[in-house]
Amino acid sequence: MAENQSSVVSAKNLGLTFQTNDGPVVALTGVNLEVKKGDFVSFIGPSGCGKTTFLRAIADLEKATEGELRVNGTTPEDARKNRAYGYVFQAAALYPWRTIEKNIALPLEIMGYSAQEQQARIARTMELVNLTGFEKKFPWQLSGGMQQRASIARALAFDADLLLMDEPFGALDEIVRDHLNQQLLELWARTNKTICFVTHSIPEAVYLSTKIVVMSPRPGRVTDIIESTLPRERPLDIRETPEFLAIAHRVREGLAAGHSYDD
Amino acid sequence: MMTETLRTRVWPVVAVLIVIIALWYVAALFMNRSVAVNEAELKGENLTSSELWMKSFTLKKPLLPTPDQIGVEIWKTTAEMKVTSKRSLVYHAWVTLSATLLGFAIGTATGILLAVGIVHNKAMDKSLMPWVIASQTIPILAVAPMLIVVLNAIGISGLLPKALISTYLSFFPVVVGMVKGLRSPEVIQLDLMHTYNANKTQIFWKLRFPASVPFLFASLKVGVAISLIGAIVGELPTGAVAGLGARLLSGSYYGQTIQIWSALFVSAFLAGALVFAVGATERVVNRLMGVKPEARV
Repeated sequence: MAENQSSVVSAKNLGLTFQTNDGPVVALTGVNLEVKKGDFVSFIGPSGCGKTTFLRAIADLEKATEGELRVNGTTPEDARKNRAYGYVFQAAALYPWRTIEKNIALPLEIMGYSAQEQQARIARTMELVNLTGFEKKFPWQLSGGMQQRASIARALAFDADLLLMDEPFGALDEIVRDHLNQQLLELWARTNKTICFVTHSIPEAVYLSTKIVVMSPRPGRVTDIIESTLPRERPLDIRETPEFLAIAHRVREGLAAGHSYDD
Repeated sequence: MMTETLRTRVWPVVAVLIVIIALWYVAALFMNRSVAVNEAELKGENLTSSELWMKSFTLKKPLLPTPDQIGVEIWKTTAEMKVTSKRSLVYHAWVTLSATLLGFAIGTATGILLAVGIVHNKAMDKSLMPWVIASQTIPILAVAPMLIVVLNAIGISGLLPKALISTYLSFFPVVVGMVKGLRSPEVIQLDLMHTYNANKTQIFWKLRFPASVPFLFASLKVGVAISLIGAIVGELPTGAVAGLGARLLSGSYYGQTIQIWSALFVSAFLAGALVFAVGATERVVNRLMGVKPEARV
């Protein structure tokens, strides 16, 4: 029972097939995965491997066609209705007509928080992502990295324990990305959230995760699940340690194995 | 800064204006010459060419009045006349303007409501749009008299029938613009709402409507101008006694070309002012909605 409670995402033999005009496309097949409370799980793989589809299935943005998917022990739909997760998209998706604080207030308004509670939560989450002082700015007045941090603040504002992030730093340059990765780890340590993180960067996946899910395309499936042996405390230069490189190597091998269809 | 706007914005407009006025005088000379010659012959006058020239520019019923004649007529019928006078252009402009604004308001409200229905209801989406488009293929000159006669028969007269013709014209750009605007949110913005489990009302007020505002203003600019045209057209077939349309009509009955042209200019000025007012409102709204300055129109 204790084990059940700590399971945040549980996929059993999960499959998802899209019906398109060119016939069915198998986006995911036979996915088995357990995400435990407090995990930082990265999904890595080439495009078309179904990593985003899997994240969207957890978020009830797509419906699985086979197998079973449980989020917090319920169906994804119920989990969504319980506002169990915050979702961070590839683009910041801030509403351009709202100031940064109003963007963060958006989920709070929809979920019916009082004005006072909204203010408190805006202040707290903006502090958490280091954006204090930018409350009254409009999105276009912020850099791409700051916009993405604002969108993370928005996902954090309503205290969902699960954070789903779909290549949130994919469009940013490497320097900003390093910085945000560090901040994300700090944030994860402070809030003790469970994070599912889609990426196509091997160093990013290894640096951030406690668990790395390696996926491959056609049909989208899981080829390897790597439990990270790195400590929770991770300075940036951990990326030059042999341990880090060993994990990165295993990820790379997993990716290469998945590519055998190319021959 | 000031000289910069003068150079880049004011001067080009003035230059074009000067060219138009110059061409206008030339055209007036050629068109009115024969009238002037006939008139002189009738009176047995023997005119030099410069006298004939002057006469062409000062005829009482010229084929093409000169800009100064129109200017003087507008000045006399606006500034020098009580606004309550039946000959005051301000009075006539107000009659037309009130119908325009009422019709525009009803048209905008109708247009928005139809667009909301089309976007949210599949049956309305499939069934309504062809009718909306068909409505605009019927010439308004054919619809206007029938509408006024029918409404009169059921006891509605005065301002409303004219306003309804404005409505008939102005709801169209609003429907088309707003359907596009309400559908303009990106998938990612809609997905976000879905993850919050937002209901349709929340999605409408917090996403669809704000996203549609630029489209709305583009439609309103078109809508307000054709509302004015609708009101003027509505005044023509009824033999209305007041309004810019009535001035145009009576002017053409009595060959008062100067009166026609001054009514024409006042209506053009009115249309410009209305479009400008919508544009000014748009700028205020844009500022409130934080639109990036270079994206502002």
